[in-house]
Amino acid sequence: MNIPENLRFTKDHEWVRVEGTRAIVGITDFAQSELGDVVFVELPVIGKILSAHENLAVIESVKAVSDIFAPVAGTVIKANEALSDAPETINQDPYDKGWIAEIEMTDPAAAGSLLSASEYKAMIKEGD
Amino acid sequence: MTSSNNDQPLIFERSRSGRVGASLPVADVPARSLDQIIPQELLRTAAADLPEVSEGETVRHYTALSQRNYSVDTGFYPLGSCTMKYNPKVNEKIAQLPGFAKIHPLQPDESVQGALAIMHEMQTYLAEIAGMDACTLQPVAGAHGELTGIKLIRAFHESRGEKRTQVIIPDSAHGTNPATVSMNGMEVVEIPSAADGGVDLEALRKAAGPKTAAFMLTNPNTLGLFDPQIQEIAAIVHAAGGLLYYDGANANAILGITRPGDMGFDVVHFNLHKTFSTPHGGGGPGSGPVGVKKPLIPFLPVPIVQCKDDVYSLSYDHPLSIGKVHSFYGNFAIYLRAYAYIRTMGPDGLKQVSKDAVLAANYVLKELAADYKVPFNRYCMHECVFDGLREAAPGIRTLDVAKRILDYGCHPPTIYFPLIIHEALMVEPTETESKETIDRFIAMMRKIAKEAVEQPELLTSAPHNTVVKRLDEVLAARKPDLRWKKNV
Repeated sequence: MNIPENLRFTKDHEWVRVEGTRAIVGITDFAQSELGDVVFVELPVIGKILSAHENLAVIESVKAVSDIFAPVAGTVIKANEALSDAPETINQDPYDKGWIAEIEMTDPAAAGSLLSASEYKAMIKEGD
Repeated sequence: MTSSNNDQPLIFERSRSGRVGASLPVADVPARSLDQIIPQELLRTAAADLPEVSEGETVRHYTALSQRNYSVDTGFYPLGSCTMKYNPKVNEKIAQLPGFAKIHPLQPDESVQGALAIMHEMQTYLAEIAGMDACTLQPVAGAHGELTGIKLIRAFHESRGEKRTQVIIPDSAHGTNPATVSMNGMEVVEIPSAADGGVDLEALRKAAGPKTAAFMLTNPNTLGLFDPQIQEIAAIVHAAGGLLYYDGANANAILGITRPGDMGFDVVHFNLHKTFSTPHGGGGPGSGPVGVKKPLIPFLPVPIVQCKDDVYSLSYDHPLSIGKVHSFYGNFAIYLRAYAYIRTMGPDGLKQVSKDAVLAANYVLKELAADYKVPFNRYCMHECVFDGLREAAPGIRTLDVAKRILDYGCHPPTIYFPLIIHEALMVEPTETESKETIDRFIAMMRKIAKEAVEQPELLTSAPHNTVVKRLDEVLAARKPDLRWKKNV
């Protein structure tokens, strides 16, 4: 299971890459393999202001429709439009080309309280 | 000579230029050209290009297609959570009586006393079965019943000047529960299930509070498990000022044994097309009546059927009513069939329905436990859930098992629901199947389990005997091709 060391994670299997005051968000390798083939992604509207744990996006796979939550509070400044035509990118490259949205964080320090790679790894193991 | 039904040409391929299904007589009025009658911009420029076939060929074509259908009248249909029981033909006979089939919804009350009497009795029967004080027959589906029920709960809280916006739902719930809440403009609060598949009381205590409008629960739940903590659950929700909503999807397990009202529920919906044997295929029409406890009666949809001095009437004067939720009175001809079912079965018969449904599911659970994983080591109610095969070649999943079942001419059980069981396979045999049918199903499932180890390619390439083979479900979802075009 691929869990990059440089990212932060949530209990709901989102990952966050912090770049200054910005957070790039996607779903983990574990999440994409659990969901199975992704067939549709509903992207957030640019400019949407979200509190942490609020609905950010919706991912539909052959198995289920799942809500993706904002790991941190902030304003959506970018959404990965490429996913509209190629939702399978989330399965193929969850940590890079399969990113979902970029959020300008209200409180960049809050990202520090998200799970580290080792904590996330331990959490998945526990669930097995 | 008949060709194999798997190999039917399209109706367009049967077409021969100039062949007709009917001959029209020569017109005995002067002919007028179309452009004299229809505006130019609405006229076709090219011919409609319809198939040219004889009446006999047309009938054979569509009869052959209809024979590809699978239904409870053709075979075993163990689709979990759907209660695909046999629909007795006496229901149809009664629904076709001219006094029911030929009436109009706008007829004056005094001319349809029989129909109103049936509605009034049906409201009473369902309320009694649910342990509720009143009932509306208007909603036309389970999800529609939910929508109505949550609207009633919302109206109840608002009438008391309380702003309660959250509805708590366990993670094992039917997807319609959270959808209902969102449709009502309220907020879903999901709580996890406990290790035994029941409600996590601690999580419920934490979630319940001054914002709680309701807790929606299916009991037995979607895992087919009855939650014996229900009275404690009801106490927690009521103490927080919330109401308890009973999703009646699994009511086939409890008829005459226990009642949602006695468990502490305030609002209940039934799916008549599940529990009460009305037709189920082809998307309905369904019927999802809603029962309520006394404090919610003023909010019920109008009209309400009343009876005074043996005279029945439709009453619209209920100022606190949430209004209408469907045109006229809901699907009358459907709840009429359910009425026929209740009258045919009687109270003891309905109790036997649930006993037999629970027995059948536990028999399947026990007989298949050696080959299929059992996530909860408990007796189940009217349906049982497995978590995939115990032993299989690498890569074999529940989906492959389901596809292989098609080769044996049986409808597969529900798969990948509930979502919390990863390789879920959910079997609901219902009370109407004979032991021989269930035994044949068990033997088939064991055979497939063996194949999954010894000849896994039989599963991964299944189905082999159907009209279309393994479909690319991913491509179908990503690039849906919904319309056949002749010249592509």
